[in-house]
Amino acid sequence: MKFAYEFRNAEYAKKLVEKLNNISSDKINIMEVCGTHTMAIFKYGIRDVLPSNINLISGPGCPVCVTPQSYIDAVLTLCTKEDIITATFGDMMRVPGKKGSLSKKKEEGFDVRIVYSPMDCLTMALQNPSKKIVFLSVGFETTAPMTSLTVIEAKKSNIKNLFFATANKIVPPVMEALVKDKELRIDAFLLPGHVCAIIGTKPYDFLSEDYNTPGVVTGFEPLDILQGLNTLVNLISKKDYRIMNEYKRVVKTVGNPYALEYLNKTFNIVDSNWRGIGRICGSGMEFNGKYEYFDALKHFEIEYEDYDGSPGCRCGEILKGKIKPSDCPLFKKLCSPENPVGSCMVSSEGTCAAYYRYHKDNI
Amino acid sequence: MTDDYLIEKEKGGTRMCLAVSGKVLKIEGNKGIVEIGNMKREVFMHLVPDVCVDEYVLVHAGCAIETIDEEEAKITLDIFKELLYNEVRL
Repeated sequence: MKFAYEFRNAEYAKKLVEKLNNISSDKINIMEVCGTHTMAIFKYGIRDVLPSNINLISGPGCPVCVTPQSYIDAVLTLCTKEDIITATFGDMMRVPGKKGSLSKKKEEGFDVRIVYSPMDCLTMALQNPSKKIVFLSVGFETTAPMTSLTVIEAKKSNIKNLFFATANKIVPPVMEALVKDKELRIDAFLLPGHVCAIIGTKPYDFLSEDYNTPGVVTGFEPLDILQGLNTLVNLISKKDYRIMNEYKRVVKTVGNPYALEYLNKTFNIVDSNWRGIGRICGSGMEFNGKYEYFDALKHFEIEYEDYDGSPGCRCGEILKGKIKPSDCPLFKKLCSPENPVGSCMVSSEGTCAAYYRYHKDNI
Repeated sequence: MTDDYLIEKEKGGTRMCLAVSGKVLKIEGNKGIVEIGNMKREVFMHLVPDVCVDEYVLVHAGCAIETIDEEEAKITLDIFKELLYNEVRL
């Protein structure tokens, strides 16, 4: 078993779609929180085969998209300082700030490098002792443990020239803000499978207990998503508001205890700003006292003032699921993956990028 | 998943939440060699210290983030098979 193609079987998919069409229910708003789900739903044409009463809303689950512009501007300032090598995941390169993008800075001759893993920065730091390496630590609970591992390793190995501009975010608190939003009226959530692999399913119990909103953890193959939707629609039709796990081959109720321990060792939970959504209590991570030395924004004394957005860009409302990308006046006119105005068009997981690439009614 | 991985390699970067499955070929301390599609990659194993050779892991940003439970995968696939079987019987 390779755990991929087995979950793309067309015969099973057809049956699951049929089953979904046979459950009668009123209009249901389901938010898929994760950007990788958004992309997979489009890629496999799942929207096209759903019954008309199921309305899928794309949520704020793309880490690049929800990173506020003030952070981008801070790292753009940082990358032009003397002897700096900026190391980043590829997605961040073209996110526009007030003063260009990392891609533009690279073209201007500043040393900006794409890495596959933060751990690559350890070698980079050792190979470039006269330089200071700054890793842009953006990502949810799925990605943050890798920053923990790297900073622990850096401290252990007495590496003094590696720093992290942290903007890591925690998913469940933002979901509370969305489920409370009366305008959105979310009936159920498809929960982000790979965030759940780390944190488990318990942090979502509040959805069920406090808001009568069910959630199902699913994987990213077409059968996973269709099965997840079936379970959600069934739960709603029975007024059963449980949190269920349909991705048991990867997700445990308690998550990955090793990853959680690494996170606890290195980070404190802090309030954090989400692009277009605003400040959410307890939704961010910052190095704790033991690892404060490695905090790039503190070390280089970069002034950081929270603000948001490009003029005319409606990324904020799109991230909250209030409008679809095609409702934004810039979409496909002034904003495209080649020339993005907002972050949702930059990241391959962004809702605008997904609509641009796959959606048929967006011409 | 292999095609996603190749696209990712081509782009030279990481899509943040994308994780791909691969078979563990070798483990040495905190590092392992994982076969993803037909490529072999060095992967950090800190988060899956109990994994064994020949088991599958989910790899994200150069680290294995979880072991894939084959038994659970089979149970899920059996549920789908059951759906089809019931159809035939009817």
